[in-house]
Amino acid sequence: MAFFDLKGLLSPVTGLKQFGKKPHTIMFPDVAEHASDRYRGLHFNKLEDCIGCGNCSTICMNEAIDMIQIAGYEGKKGDSGLRPRVDNGRCCWCALCVEVCPTGSLNLTKDYIFVTPDANDFLWTPGIDNKEKGEENISFYSDKETSLSDYSRVPMRELDGDVRIQSFAEAVLGYNEEEARKEASRCISCGLCTESCPDHMHIPEYINAIARENDEDALRIIYDNNPLPEMCGKVCTRRCEDVCAMTHRGDAIAIRWLKRYATETAKNAEIIKEIVNPEIKEANGKKISIIGAGPSGLTAGYYLALRGFDVTIYEAKAKAGGMTFYGIPKYRLPAESLEKQVGYMQSIGVKINFNTRVGKDIDFKEIYNNSDAVFMGVGFEKPWTLGITGEDLNGSLQAVTYLDVINGGGDMEIGDKVAVIGGGNVAIDAARVARRKGADVTIVYRRRVEDMPADWEEIEGAEDEGVHIMPQGIPIEVIGDKNGKVTGLKFARAEMIPDPDGGRPRPKQIEGSEEIMEVTSVIGAIGQEGDYSFIPDDMKNQIKIERGRFVVDENKQTTLPKLFAGGDSANRTADAISAIADGFRAVKAIEKMLMK
Amino acid sequence: MREKTTTLYLGPQHPGITGNMMVKLQVQGDTVVKAETHVGYLHRGFEKLMERRNWLQSFTIVCRICVPEPDPNEENYSRAVEEIEGREVPERAKYIRVMTLELARIATYLLWYGGQSGSAGLYTMGQWSVGDRNYILDLFEDLTGGRIYHMYIWPGGVRRDLPKGFKDKALRTMDYIEKRLDDYDKLLFENSIFQKRAKGVGIIDKKKAVEWGVVGPPLRGCGIKSDVRIDDPYEVYDKLDFEVPAMEGGDVWTRALIRRFEIRQSINLVRQALDKMPGGEYYNKIPNPHKWTIPAGDAFVKTESARGEFGYYMVSDGGNKPRRVHVKGPAYVHGVSLLENLLEGENIADVSFIMNSLGTCPPEIER
Repeated sequence: MAFFDLKGLLSPVTGLKQFGKKPHTIMFPDVAEHASDRYRGLHFNKLEDCIGCGNCSTICMNEAIDMIQIAGYEGKKGDSGLRPRVDNGRCCWCALCVEVCPTGSLNLTKDYIFVTPDANDFLWTPGIDNKEKGEENISFYSDKETSLSDYSRVPMRELDGDVRIQSFAEAVLGYNEEEARKEASRCISCGLCTESCPDHMHIPEYINAIARENDEDALRIIYDNNPLPEMCGKVCTRRCEDVCAMTHRGDAIAIRWLKRYATETAKNAEIIKEIVNPEIKEANGKKISIIGAGPSGLTAGYYLALRGFDVTIYEAKAKAGGMTFYGIPKYRLPAESLEKQVGYMQSIGVKINFNTRVGKDIDFKEIYNNSDAVFMGVGFEKPWTLGITGEDLNGSLQAVTYLDVINGGGDMEIGDKVAVIGGGNVAIDAARVARRKGADVTIVYRRRVEDMPADWEEIEGAEDEGVHIMPQGIPIEVIGDKNGKVTGLKFARAEMIPDPDGGRPRPKQIEGSEEIMEVTSVIGAIGQEGDYSFIPDDMKNQIKIERGRFVVDENKQTTLPKLFAGGDSANRTADAISAIADGFRAVKAIEKMLMK
Repeated sequence: MREKTTTLYLGPQHPGITGNMMVKLQVQGDTVVKAETHVGYLHRGFEKLMERRNWLQSFTIVCRICVPEPDPNEENYSRAVEEIEGREVPERAKYIRVMTLELARIATYLLWYGGQSGSAGLYTMGQWSVGDRNYILDLFEDLTGGRIYHMYIWPGGVRRDLPKGFKDKALRTMDYIEKRLDDYDKLLFENSIFQKRAKGVGIIDKKKAVEWGVVGPPLRGCGIKSDVRIDDPYEVYDKLDFEVPAMEGGDVWTRALIRRFEIRQSINLVRQALDKMPGGEYYNKIPNPHKWTIPAGDAFVKTESARGEFGYYMVSDGGNKPRRVHVKGPAYVHGVSLLENLLEGENIADVSFIMNSLGTCPPEIER
């Protein structure tokens, strides 16, 4: 290279042509820099949409998000009442919190400037603090497509409707291993379900165990506070699924079916005992009597026996299970399943005296006096009548009676055209059983289909099986022939009147809309009540009963100190899982009372 | 008369390169007689952190292993996970990944222009190229939501599809950068000061380069045509038409020329990727990240970063976290053993200059 390299000296000087050009840089704050439409800036949370599931906090790899209590957001079903607080000093703006937010409430905004002299100011609750960073600036969000939550449930395999009505074979086939693992892996373990379960079952924990391919662990976790899990796995009313975080954009985790899967892996009572391997405490000499082998009585019996109490259950009927045996049809809950679970309880020392009706075969007072504590889970056996003319005709019957006979192995003549009155699960059960007996079935319900208290899956199942549903129909009279045999149902059409107080609309009969449906029998299914005639009057006076139910405190204790009650006869929720919860709570109270 | 040996500490605060490390120099006059590299000022324990975080969380960590060019880390992490799990990546995502990686390469070289010229005292070059790099960062902001740490390439594909109007904007930016490269040539490569500083300085012996495991532009600057994109193509590099330059010389000047040519190749690759990009899905969704487990197995993947071959070795024990991730960045060879050897006999003023030409990146050394 020559010493004087003219080109090498002059070329750089051409850079001077840039002189006076507009610079790349901008002068903040005179010129505002607008971030792009996808910018990952400061957080914003739509507080109303947020359910406090804490998924953002769990995924944050910097532990920059805490879930804190906010004034004005009380915990309720499906909302923990907590809201995320972000430490902007730790945040790395990876936005994984946004990607996993099941409701889509948490977002990042275009705002990225936050200046403060106080380090504590960097801790703020998006949506409450610094609202001006707010909603109109949202830039990085996750919609259903981009979200990392899996909103689609693994479908449950079922028999086809026309196959189902041929027999009482179980309609739902259950998840196989692969399906269960896949479904379990959708769960984000937020625990909102646990809060809404009457029994507070450890739902995220057992789902996690299933996802980890440890079914035995799942079963042990389940048995911690529910001794009838297979029954619940098949027929639970599953309040847990109603509040599942996934419902906000998709299908709830199939919690019930997963429980069913975990429990069905134990094929018989011995296997359950082997897996659960319960620690049974030494006998403590205290004697507990339980009236009724329904879900609450069995639960109390099981956990008291584990705690070393001498437990005897008095059951009026030949089988244990109460309404879950005699009320729920076998295509939903096969007899063998219940027998397996009850057999396991008996194997750990729960004594059940079958065919022993308290008040008839044995005196209530005698039981009460000979026991250290008594738990009553007597249920609601007595059906409500419709209160219309013709109800005493031959062919007019009650759903609970009908189901009781069929489930007990008997049969009842209903003819080939049946009207079922009511909209709850019992009505659907009676209708589907009648369908299996070959009848053409119509459900007559006062309100709309969406108002029916029955499980939507049950309603769909009934429709698949060819059950007709006639909504907004008010029964007026059961019509019979001269022999006193039912021949028809007179009913009127109803219109829905909106409730000014915001309640559900009321049905109002439309004048002149009466019709007659030709039927061979009418099955009423509008509710049941308790029958407490087994309690002697002098004792009944000391027990407070309101609106047909025993009044109990939070320990399930009645106004008589040694007497506890649970299940339908003490709990307005009136489902199996609430009964189980009652039994479980009474166990703790009885133990505390007797073992102090 | 014997000259006195003086100890000189260069660094640890940004010794002319991005990141913190120190070079302890024994100098006689202006000449380095011995150089000792000291790292340990930037250790954040990435590899260990990943063992405590689930498969998705770890993806947000890896980009921090290299600040100027985070994307090869994301690419390696994702590809290793995909390889162990057997997860398919949609074709569109592969093209988007290639485009992202090449944009990152361009951005890195633009930053290198600044570093290389700055360490020779030519500051105008740095003002220009870092300013122009901002246009690439604008593209990243539109595409990923972040300018520096993109967290965009993740297991299964990419995080979001191209935003509306991105292709046009990217092509316009490519045209602009290409035009600006001519200005850079005038300012830097035709500049006799730079030529005099760069030629014959920091010469790597071709034979030793291979023995030491030198990679990337320093290796190609020794006349050895070696590039992962061509030798062991990943994503869709085998479907794109490009060449990598190799030149004999082995000095700072040759390495600079290699980068000058490569930045043009990268612009070409971005154009091709945008042009050939098919429609369809951009992401094969992973399951719920909290319960995402990956079958037991291991994988070694490598990517050609702007500094050379960048490898990840990953082991899964079948759980929801990596059992081990080993990161092997090119700077480990370039910045420690090679640098110590190259600096001997060089001028003190050339130390940072040579470090820059090797693409030394301390965070890569201290994963």
